[in-house]
Amino acid sequence: MNVQTALPEGTRVRRVPAPMAMLAELTYRCPLKCPYCSNPLEMSKRSEELSTEQWAEVLRQAARMGVLHVHFSGGEPAARRDLEELLSVAVEAGLYTNLITSGVGLTEARVKDLSARGLDHIQLSVQGTDASTADLIGGYRGGFEHKMKVAAWIAAEGIPLTVNAVMHRRNLDRTAETIDLAVRLGARRIEVAHTQIHGWAYVNRASLMPTREQVDACSAIVDEARERLKGTLVIDYVPPDHHAKYPKACMGGWGRVGLNVTPSGKVLPCHAAESIPHLVFDNVKDKPLAAIWADGAAFNAYRGTDWMPELCRTCDRKEVDWGGCRCQAMAYAGDASATDPACIKSPHHVRMQELALTEAADVPPDYVYRTM
Amino acid sequence: MTTPLPAAPEDRLPDAAVPKLSRGVRTRWDEARETHMLLAPERALRLDAIAAAILAETDGERSFAAIVDVLAEKYAAPREQIAVDARKLLVDLMDKRMMEVVR
Ligand code: SF4
Ligand code: SF4
Repeated sequence: MNVQTALPEGTRVRRVPAPMAMLAELTYRCPLKCPYCSNPLEMSKRSEELSTEQWAEVLRQAARMGVLHVHFSGGEPAARRDLEELLSVAVEAGLYTNLITSGVGLTEARVKDLSARGLDHIQLSVQGTDASTADLIGGYRGGFEHKMKVAAWIAAEGIPLTVNAVMHRRNLDRTAETIDLAVRLGARRIEVAHTQIHGWAYVNRASLMPTREQVDACSAIVDEARERLKGTLVIDYVPPDHHAKYPKACMGGWGRVGLNVTPSGKVLPCHAAESIPHLVFDNVKDKPLAAIWADGAAFNAYRGTDWMPELCRTCDRKEVDWGGCRCQAMAYAGDASATDPACIKSPHHVRMQELALTEAADVPPDYVYRTM
Repeated sequence: MTTPLPAAPEDRLPDAAVPKLSRGVRTRWDEARETHMLLAPERALRLDAIAAAILAETDGERSFAAIVDVLAEKYAAPREQIAVDARKLLVDLMDKRMMEVVR
């Protein structure tokens, strides 16, 4: 089967502002098994993955419809042998290319090749600041040491680097060290992000959930480092939902800014959208990307403000946070069209916070590692 | 720990300095939105006509003073005003690690 290029006759594409970014999840295969992985619990197998040609067509269509950034991710995108080829297609189409990687599967030769082909940026995840913690969290021995080598190859090529640090209970006390590590690795930017609780993270929430004190200390460290490292390291900080008053704007609003293509070609409004059971997702094998974006049922389910519950519809923040995260509403309120329970106005807010507090107070259970 | 006082914009980017967009940061015309854009990791900034004009002359060859000269001539505008605007934009991009001084 091929990726559809032409619109079926008689279809009218509604005028919806073009997406800015596409997350291309090339594969779910990954040698690591982070307990906060946002991949769905049910993952598609290698045999269902889109072919090189199909991905190439998706990338070209994305560029034509106005996508500016493409993020190659996974799983571990380097697990695809055609990563280099797809990168070249994206570069040719004028897309800004970003590789989101754990580093495992990259060699010095591959980093050089990616650089020569015009890769704009790399995001390297770090699971911890020393080998023993990092490898426990990532569930992969030797991962940390390899990552340090990858960072050095990236620096040698001069490819701009962002360090991705997902923070949670077991590494939050190392926030300062994590920021120092990013500076040492020559990163221009670090993303200090608290775990978003859905997908594998929801299963593991009791062992991931930080205490209030941990979160406050982390925020203070970030504030101080931001000032001190101005011009050296940009720090993007994603505070946790569980201690917040208002939710974050999910993806900048459902169906507003970005889209996500899964390894098998399904097009999702957000990477976790498959956790909402009643949504039906179109596939690039059946329809052009632009038609899916504009008219797809899943995209229109929570686009804009019409779908909102009374609580949000009458709220003056409705176009600030767009009602928050649909997947979190699903997980905690059992209803994807409810107000995000991270919002203080939500009737589920108190329960969600209490759950967070009791879980953070308990002895953390062992991780349930993601499996394929 | 002491935080040093932030340097004045004229010291960060003196007239003789040669600024350049860092690798991984570029401008392009965005056909779908009909505007100039500055693309950087995780960032897409809409550029207004003035910012686009300033960045178009920031080529990694010209000094800051030369950039201001070119702009003053091209747009027949007072040099001082252009210098203030251009320095503000470029130093702001330096703070965001999108711009560097190559010489
Ligand atoms: S709906 Fe929730 S999980 Fe999905 S992108 Fe938005 S914030 Fe993330
Ligand atoms: S009520 Fe809805 S729109 Fe208002 S702050 Fe809460 S989540 Fe946002």
